[in-house]
Amino acid sequence: MSETPAIPQPGFNWWRVAAPLLIGLLVLGGWEWLVRAREIPPYILPGPVLIAETLWRDWGSLSVSLGVTLRITFLALLLAASLGLILAVLFAQSPVIEMSLFPYAVILQVTPIVAIAPLIIIWVDDVTLSLLICAWIVAFFPILSNTTVGLNSADHNLLDLMRLYRASRWQVLWRLRLPAAMPFFLSGLRISGGLALIGAIVAEFVAGTGGRASGLAYRILESGYQLQIPRMFAALVLVSVTGIAIFMALSLLSHLLLRRWHESAMARP
Amino acid sequence: MATAGPPVVSLREVAKRYATGTLAVQGVDLAIREGDFLALLGPSGCGKSTLLRLIAGLAEPSAGLVSRPDGDGIGFVFQEPTLMPWATAEANVALPLELKGNPRREARARAREWLGRVGLAGFERAYPRALSGGMKMRVSIARALVTQPRLLLLDEPFAALDEITRFRLNNDLLELWQRERFTVVFVTHSVFESVYLAHRIVVMAARPGRIAEEIAVTSPYPRDEAFRTSADYAAHCREVSQALTRAMAA
Ligand SMILES: Nc1ncnc2c1ncn2[C@@H]1O[C@H](COP(=O)(O)OP(=O)(O)O)[C@@H](O)[C@H]1O
Ligand SMILES: [Mg+2]
Repeated sequence: MSETPAIPQPGFNWWRVAAPLLIGLLVLGGWEWLVRAREIPPYILPGPVLIAETLWRDWGSLSVSLGVTLRITFLALLLAASLGLILAVLFAQSPVIEMSLFPYAVILQVTPIVAIAPLIIIWVDDVTLSLLICAWIVAFFPILSNTTVGLNSADHNLLDLMRLYRASRWQVLWRLRLPAAMPFFLSGLRISGGLALIGAIVAEFVAGTGGRASGLAYRILESGYQLQIPRMFAALVLVSVTGIAIFMALSLLSHLLLRRWHESAMARP
Repeated sequence: MATAGPPVVSLREVAKRYATGTLAVQGVDLAIREGDFLALLGPSGCGKSTLLRLIAGLAEPSAGLVSRPDGDGIGFVFQEPTLMPWATAEANVALPLELKGNPRREARARAREWLGRVGLAGFERAYPRALSGGMKMRVSIARALVTQPRLLLLDEPFAALDEITRFRLNNDLLELWQRERFTVVFVTHSVFESVYLAHRIVVMAARPGRIAEEIAVTSPYPRDEAFRTSADYAAHCREVSQALTRAMAA
């Protein structure tokens, strides 16, 4: 350990992008070949080309549904992030609050959303609101539990330092606990992003069976009833792509916020 | 160097028992005078850190009395640099001032000034991750001194550093001490380090942690690399080493 600064190694490994892309192309090619060679009818398994065509042709109605699902997902994520953060801060301030409320958060988490979605949809008149509640229930827990751990993970010596300088509770929270919790919060957010989408889709399925929704899940159900399997696949592709996009966007956000100090965001040679 | 000032810290019959039942220190009487450079020397587990935390007010004694400077009269340097990884060197050093409510601009300016004094001019905007072990420790020392405390407490601050870096930081600490005239309590388990730095060495014994002996190192300051190789230094090291052996046998 000499007295020269350690310079973080910059570098971007293109294989991390190229390798999965290559696998994807191989699988799609194989799929298309299989469908054509075996002459599998499109109502059993459509090929990637047909799915792409359907996606293009039906983009008008599919994009509207995508918008509906995205809106629910983002609102739910926003709600989950803010309420999760606020509740975690409350927990960190008072062990009594944490002890009394945490079990209920766990109950919310372990109850399968499919089981309670019908109830919520019956109780709440507004469809959008009921979907939002379902998606929020699914997305909320990882943020709450991660942030709670993060707030308590502040370096003990730094906490002692705060005491030495007679920092107020608020100062300790703002200057020490919240920044220390940031990586934990962000990794919770990344998990919750995917969960919010799943929650929204599941709730739409439940609501869709009653014909009361218009999101992507409803398109999947509808296409299934009408045996428009390529369209069903097209909607499915949109769901997957949305999930991937959400995950990548949140990973990027996390990287941008942490890159200057956190090990997880450090570029490796 | 005159050290006949009034006591900055005094401990009377101090004991500390942890909740686990461990009696970490017992019957400690100690007066630390203004301008003193005192080393607490002892094997690991003899209660050095506990004693330092009692002096800092980070722990309450189970028995006895501790009097110390009030307000922000104390600076503390931990064994690890203990920096906020999300903040620049400058922001880390400015923390104590900003916690006291000093305006940010003023706090940052003072922080930059102190980074310069510990030899880190030009690294104000660096994040801890980009600094070497020795540089992080310098930031930690700058942070402890930025409030211009009367008393600086250091808990084995250089134990994790390589020897070359440690020697350099020893010299720089001595220089800061002679210039700024604060009082130092320096915890170490190294005989050589304690003799090189301190004016007064308190040798501790374990189970329960207590003061075994006190040795004055009469060699004059400024001390430099020439002192490290002098017969005087060697003689003091021998004396302290023997005291430590006696303390560990007792
Ligand atoms: N927070 C604590 N709780 C319980 N026991 C402790 C705690 N801190 C230190 N001890 C015990 O007190 C004794 C003295 O510890 P410490 O002051 O850290 O010694 P040193 O710094 O000389 O190594 C040890 O036996 C240690 O295990
Ligand atoms: Mg110790």
